[in-house]
Amino acid sequence: MIELKGVTRRFGEAVAVDNIDLTIETGEVCVLVGSSGCGKSTTLRMINRLLPRTSGEILVDGEDINKADPEALRLNMGYAIQSTGLFPHWTVARNIGVVPTLLKWPVQKRDERVTELLALLGLDPETDARKYPHQLSGGQAQRVGVARALAGDPNILLMDEPFGALDAITRENLQQEMLRIQRQLNKTTVFVTHDIDEALKLASRIAVMDQGRIIQHDTPEAILRRPASAFVENLIGKGDRGLKLLALRTVSDLMERHPEPRHSEPGSDSLNESDSLRIALSMMLWTNTEKLPVLDATGAEVGIINREQLMKVGA
Amino acid sequence: MRLWLTPVIWIGSLCALAALLPTMTPLFSWVESGTDNLIYTRDSFYTLLQSHIWLVLASATMGTLVAVSAGIFVTRPAGRDFMPLVSQIASIGQTVPPVAVLALAVPAMGFGEKPTLFALVLYGLLPILRNTLAGLGGINPAVLDSAKGMGMSSVQVLFKVELPLAGRVILAGIRTSVTINIATAAIGSTIGARTLGDPVIAGLVNGNTAYVLQGAILIGLLALATDGVFEALERAWDKLR
Repeated sequence: MIELKGVTRRFGEAVAVDNIDLTIETGEVCVLVGSSGCGKSTTLRMINRLLPRTSGEILVDGEDINKADPEALRLNMGYAIQSTGLFPHWTVARNIGVVPTLLKWPVQKRDERVTELLALLGLDPETDARKYPHQLSGGQAQRVGVARALAGDPNILLMDEPFGALDAITRENLQQEMLRIQRQLNKTTVFVTHDIDEALKLASRIAVMDQGRIIQHDTPEAILRRPASAFVENLIGKGDRGLKLLALRTVSDLMERHPEPRHSEPGSDSLNESDSLRIALSMMLWTNTEKLPVLDATGAEVGIINREQLMKVGA
Repeated sequence: MRLWLTPVIWIGSLCALAALLPTMTPLFSWVESGTDNLIYTRDSFYTLLQSHIWLVLASATMGTLVAVSAGIFVTRPAGRDFMPLVSQIASIGQTVPPVAVLALAVPAMGFGEKPTLFALVLYGLLPILRNTLAGLGGINPAVLDSAKGMGMSSVQVLFKVELPLAGRVILAGIRTSVTINIATAAIGSTIGARTLGDPVIAGLVNGNTAYVLQGAILIGLLALATDGVFEALERAWDKLR
């Protein structure tokens, strides 16, 4: 658990972070979202003490972080940034192994961990491990950055716009991977982004920041349904709020489940359990149907979803 | 091993020539026909070469130590205040010709090897210092940020990230410095240091082109051999780090 109590950070006269209170529960993904210069990165960098705070208290699991040794503190906090910051003179494997090396893990344990993480992030442990950062594509480099942040098995993960510089498709893929990895590992994560869609997708709770203050701190659904101010309303975009709300939930939440899986007709229009309701609606619009069958991962029909139910979600 | 082939060839021909020059009387009589003193004999070429190399090596070692530590110091938080001063000295120093440094060293330290060594260290510092600053300053700030964020201590950041990344640029600075100093050391002969400049100066004073040629050829070869060594070192560095 990370607690920020009355934390302020000034740069000379300018106030970057203004007396914020924020509690991030163990295992949750807290996304700090806001336009550039709103203090979200500053907040993140105060948590691992890359920036000292001007006043206030930051507690990790009840301990004031200023009492800990800064290096020891950071070794237990994975850190991934937008420009990756990979060490250009080291191979991918050595980059990922940096924290285990600093923690003086035995060589074999470290190498196993590196291989495990390469596989987890969808990289090839054989060929990619020996590459240098300049030989990687943007998406691959960012995967390595995330793997490096996870390598020491930290309790906390700090991510500063890690997918900000990627193209839309690669970003989408990496967000999916993030969700999958988070389901497996359950790290307490602080994630900074300026992209509200990314925030809605990844967050268990979102903290909307503006001019160094936290305007609203709530679940994605609550932020969409009850934006605290005109600023938040503007940020989430009034027009497609309903669609964003649908995007938060999956088909399996809402479908009528068959008592027993049925054999499905191959080639007919259908949805997957893990698809979002937004995709379900889009599919219904496209095929102009009232109902769509839902398939599980093996291709068996496990339920059915109809338009009536879908329409009620936004209300 | 092919990396080291070129420098070894240069060094071999340098040693061979130093040994064989005294036997090349016919060649030099063709250049300088009016005299019997065709070969410089006051010292053996080996002695001169040795003393020349010693001067350059000693000055380069001291210069590198001082310049690299100064460069590291002013890029640390504690020394950052001195950064503008030091980088200005590094640039201004480059505009002073090496001969002037030699001339200024004499009134302070007298004649001989000492003022030459002093001038060489002082002048040789500057390219190394400038390149150390450029090398350390040229590292992507995100790399340093993430190194710190990963949990490296400042010492670990310096030795695992900064120096390996800046090393090649620093090495290039040492290369420039040493090359300049091989030439400057020769001028050291005018203030009484024993170097390969001796035959050149003696030749100029007595109007004996043969002497001048003998000194100049050896200095040239020494410069080429040293440059070859650095070329190989820089490539080896890339493989090593």
